[in-house]
Amino acid sequence: MSDKIKNIDGITKESTQAMIDDALAAYPEKGRKKRAPHLAPNDQASGSACVKSNKKTVPGVMSARGCAYAGAKGVVWGPIGDMVHVSHGPVGCGWYSWGTRRNLVSGINGVTQFAMQFTSDFQEKDIVYGGDKKLKTLLEEARGLFPLAKGISVLSECPVGLIGDDINSVAKSSAKELGLPIIPCNCEGFRGVSQSLGHHISNDTIRDYIIETREFAEPSSPYDIALIGDYNIGGDVWAAKSLLEEIGLNVKATWTGDGELEKIAATHQVKLNLIHCYRSMNYMCKVMEEKYGIPWLEFNFFGPTKIRESLRAIAERFDDTIKENVERVIAKYDPIMQAIIDEYKPRLDGKKVMLLVGGLRPRHTIGAYEDLGMECVGSGYEFAHTDDYDRTAPEMPNATVVYDDPSEYEFEKFAHALKPDLIGSGIKEKYVFQKMGIPFRQMHSWDYSGPYHAYQGFEIFARDVDMAVNSPTWKLVKAPF
Amino acid sequence: MRQIAIYGKGGIGKSTTTQNTVAGLASLGKKVLIVGCDPKADSTRLILHAKAQATVMDMVRELGTVEDLELDDILKVGYGGIKCVESGGPEPGVGCAGRGVITAINFLEENGAYTDDLDFVFYDVLGDVVCGGFAMPIREGKAEEIYIVTSGEMMAMYAANNISKGILKYASSGKVRLAGLICNARKTDKEFELISELARRLGTQMIHFVPRDNQVQRAELRRMTVIEYSPEHPQAKEYLTLAQKIADNKMLVVPTPLEMEELEELLMEFGIMEVEDEAIVGKAENAA
Repeated sequence: MSDKIKNIDGITKESTQAMIDDALAAYPEKGRKKRAPHLAPNDQASGSACVKSNKKTVPGVMSARGCAYAGAKGVVWGPIGDMVHVSHGPVGCGWYSWGTRRNLVSGINGVTQFAMQFTSDFQEKDIVYGGDKKLKTLLEEARGLFPLAKGISVLSECPVGLIGDDINSVAKSSAKELGLPIIPCNCEGFRGVSQSLGHHISNDTIRDYIIETREFAEPSSPYDIALIGDYNIGGDVWAAKSLLEEIGLNVKATWTGDGELEKIAATHQVKLNLIHCYRSMNYMCKVMEEKYGIPWLEFNFFGPTKIRESLRAIAERFDDTIKENVERVIAKYDPIMQAIIDEYKPRLDGKKVMLLVGGLRPRHTIGAYEDLGMECVGSGYEFAHTDDYDRTAPEMPNATVVYDDPSEYEFEKFAHALKPDLIGSGIKEKYVFQKMGIPFRQMHSWDYSGPYHAYQGFEIFARDVDMAVNSPTWKLVKAPF
Repeated sequence: MRQIAIYGKGGIGKSTTTQNTVAGLASLGKKVLIVGCDPKADSTRLILHAKAQATVMDMVRELGTVEDLELDDILKVGYGGIKCVESGGPEPGVGCAGRGVITAINFLEENGAYTDDLDFVFYDVLGDVVCGGFAMPIREGKAEEIYIVTSGEMMAMYAANNISKGILKYASSGKVRLAGLICNARKTDKEFELISELARRLGTQMIHFVPRDNQVQRAELRRMTVIEYSPEHPQAKEYLTLAQKIADNKMLVVPTPLEMEELEELLMEFGIMEVEDEAIVGKAENAA
């Protein structure tokens, strides 16, 4: 953590507030009043949130947010590879959430892993007569067609909640008949203000249906840990897991990137939970702490500075063997990382980046940009809560703009004012900024690249950022406005 | 073509009244279509002499999709050339009956069930307008004329007043109007006067007072309307009169629903309800 205050030339609390006021000026009074508390200059010294968050999106503004179903299907449940995930309702929700997040899985598709599209494909008749019989048939068919699936999740889409389909009782009776865990998840899209509620609901279903239902086959060791809140985007889990193994830890389960149901179910036996994405999985870490006394530790595997800090913090939780391993590993990688920095930093030094992403990246990636000599001049989340913004304040330079659930208009206004050299956000933002002539990387999916986690990921991250910022393409484009 | 919706408290006799009245209109030479908007699907049995007509939603379920359905599959013709359709829907406790009504009416519109030769379309809607689906018949471009079936019983009158509130809501944004109360008599005290007065206060009329007569039940046992079963019976004449009055009715109003106190005062005035003693409210029999 940075103890000292970092300032950026030309950015003061007053200049940032003036930029915010200018953006808000376009709104009618009611909207302005609602949006104002969600935009503020960072107060790095305070170490606490400067904006209001986790509130309903103001109608009429373009939000980048998802829904509770998206949080359940896309984030928490979807990455578990050896389960069948059923999108219960009309076909669209399942179709458009299929594979877009790039959470990679090992195994053979259709045999041991099921990154496929399962949906009950509601028609008029299913709305009117209810879809529970169809769901029962679907569950039987999935069991028959994919005998190696370890379980099935049933993820409710909006209409299921409207017509009151009782998926819980179908799941219960089918689980018994088919001899398989079947988990009903009441994550209807209209619930809550963003995908964040979907994460919470899914954590609760893991608590109610999964945890403690299996045990690890091997004898336990003091180095048993679980990797929590890593979804294996572009292979992140594999990069993080190999580093944790290199320092001598046993990664017994990964939640939920490349996850295996039975290992997740036995996670109550580990000694420590290491959590990367706090927002989406702090709930289960707290449950496991209260119920089984398992401590948890937040860490950050983006960029060598944060990796070094995190490895040492992890080592503090273990004996000298691990502490020595960590120092050995840091010593091994430091020169490799320095070589990467030496290559890219000259081309990236002093460049400015703006971020708008999801659970952890708006704060966790800042260190990696700084390792490359870049400065973060604005950051914000789609669906964060106050505790995320508390954690963000010390990471961001002082007085830079923090935006919660910003509209496209606000985001564009800030980009016009701050003139960043790179924007990291999602597919919905990508073309807006590229058309403005600003280099862009999709930072939800790593833009078809990755992994970005751990030492292995930093090399790829540095290359991708350089490739975006210094692409000669941008010199050939002249915006007409 | 006049489109008419029949509302009223559950069990008040909407379906019986509707079918007898429509049979009356048919015997006056009118062309009528009945659309049953109730999952129970009992709005056309007296016209078709059938136990239960194949409903739109039943056929959709059988065929898998509404796109494969043909009008001939679900439109039946019964007594007096009356065309009959039932929307159908799920058994209680599952799915969405309201969506069934919407699906069925959309299907009828898209497939040309509302032909120019029809004089009347009657929607027989289930007791309570519990959701948007059951308000479908009175949405823009559908029924503009509403009759409420009621009796001198307190709950039936409460329901009539509540339905008037619903009509008022739709009337302010569209063309739907209250056309009258039909009193389906239960032989309660001063029933004629009471419903006449309620109608007056709602700004409408009691279009007809249908006396109670077991001939209706005798006909129903044979799955027939009184008009078909015993055309010369006095009860048949009553329905015929009601049919003629509806055919001639020009009194379409935006209702003026009563406040709860006002309605209770009316009931007290006619001795249906006693003056409330606030001192006894919420006290158990054995309480000191």
